[in-house]
Amino acid sequence: MDAIQKELLEQVAGLHEMPAGAYNIRANGEAVARSTTAHIDIVTKPDKSGIDIVIKPGTKKESVHIPVVLSQSGLTEMVYNDFYIGDDCDVTIVAGCGIHNSGDQMSKHDGIHTFYIGKNSHVKYVEKHYGSGEGTGERIMNPETVVELQENSFMELETVQIRGVDSTKRSTRATLAEGAKIIVTEKLMTHGKQYAETSFDVDLNGEGSSANVISRAVARDDSRQLFLAKINGNNRCVGHSECDAIIMDNAKISAVPEITANHLDAELIHEAAIGKIAGEQIVKLMTLGLTEAQAEAQIVNGFLK
Amino acid sequence: MLQLENLSFQVADESDSRKEIIKNLNLTIDNHRFIVITGPNGGGKSTLAKLIMGIEKPTGGRILFNGQDITELSITERAKCGISFAFQQPVRFKGIKVKDLITLAAGDALSTAGACEYLSKVGLCARDYINRDVDASLSGGELKRIEIATVLARNTALSVFDEPEAGIDLWSFNNLIKVFEDLHDIDSDRSLIIISHQERILNIADEIVVIADGQVKAQGRRENILPELLQDTGSCRFYQEIQ
Repeated sequence: MDAIQKELLEQVAGLHEMPAGAYNIRANGEAVARSTTAHIDIVTKPDKSGIDIVIKPGTKKESVHIPVVLSQSGLTEMVYNDFYIGDDCDVTIVAGCGIHNSGDQMSKHDGIHTFYIGKNSHVKYVEKHYGSGEGTGERIMNPETVVELQENSFMELETVQIRGVDSTKRSTRATLAEGAKIIVTEKLMTHGKQYAETSFDVDLNGEGSSANVISRAVARDDSRQLFLAKINGNNRCVGHSECDAIIMDNAKISAVPEITANHLDAELIHEAAIGKIAGEQIVKLMTLGLTEAQAEAQIVNGFLK
Repeated sequence: MLQLENLSFQVADESDSRKEIIKNLNLTIDNHRFIVITGPNGGGKSTLAKLIMGIEKPTGGRILFNGQDITELSITERAKCGISFAFQQPVRFKGIKVKDLITLAAGDALSTAGACEYLSKVGLCARDYINRDVDASLSGGELKRIEIATVLARNTALSVFDEPEAGIDLWSFNNLIKVFEDLHDIDSDRSLIIISHQERILNIADEIVVIADGQVKAQGRRENILPELLQDTGSCRFYQEIQ
């Protein structure tokens, strides 16, 4: 890998070198490095682009890194990655995509990640998106995440997109069985003329299942964001969605939370708030000696931390 | 240390005519003074504090700080000159931790132990608070004490506190009095301006300034001003003058 690809890798997966545990690193449409462990297998799909990640039942304290980097302007790809996680596992999966586009052609990565999470398993899934490069070509990512949570399983899903992605449509769909739980935290910042759309669609099918979807977003310059969160309570369950957004400059943000109770004991809450940075927050930080610009940066960084 | 010369502040009221909040006010505050500004509600005390910090800009007059005309300086510049300010209603931040705020106030890298020291001074168990967000999870009293801790961390020549006692419980109040007494250390040149109605705070002042109707109605040593203030408000001559 070249220096640009290594920089992208560090941004999206925090990697300076090959990680411990299982990994599959994809650069410009090809697998450049792969490692498996006794408990985690990674297999190239025979019929289409993508991989199967198979985690044996009972695998604990192991991690899988599957970052993707694109540095060739004009490259577009569609990848299917399927995760089969056995019962009683406790694993961390780090994905993420970085695009460096220094040319004038569009670079695009679309990916569908499907998770089958076995009973009593805990999965932490971290996904970062990042774009760089001075080219006029757009950097586009459309990640789709599909999650099936079996009985008493638990998924923590963290997504971060802070810089450089011109257009993104992120779709996450989850179905939860009895006692299953999902916590989604999204951090998103758009700038320039970027557009970001996020949709969460959660079906709480099992008794005692729960979902918590938390989004923190900042839109600046002329960027636009659309946040959609749909939670369906189909059993005795608890669901909560929260979109908290800071709007700056000429940006536009829409938040459309939707909750549907199809069961008497479904407890569902949604919260959505959009507003500019409060003037008194800036004033307070200025009284501590920060300039207005420094105060604003401090507030935004804290909000997205 | 601080001179307010012919200071005025006007705002447009509902009928779009000018309303004078501060009227040609003159006030001099020397080094190493503990000043309490008091007076009736709506008399201009908080506005005066904001004018000193630069949060409001005067419509007339000058503000001199250590001989320098700071009337046109921004809040940031005044903060760097050595003025700090504790808000009457401190603001909350999502995602900024207590330690972050105190470190920003101190102006350089601050160890956790250093930040904890300021929290302990305002009666907060540092370990419980240092990593908490300065957000809605804090009570009004907790927030108020953290606000005061940020001013302690700034360690400036002039500290202005706008009604620091508001929302503080009795136990914290004793602590608060001690904080002000310590700040008013006999070895330093620094001065404190506290806006307050509280007799116990008035009791530890060197000087009391009575502001009413946008003007200084009285200024003098505590022992001269306080007895008059403590009489029934109706008979207080400073208040009677404005009625």
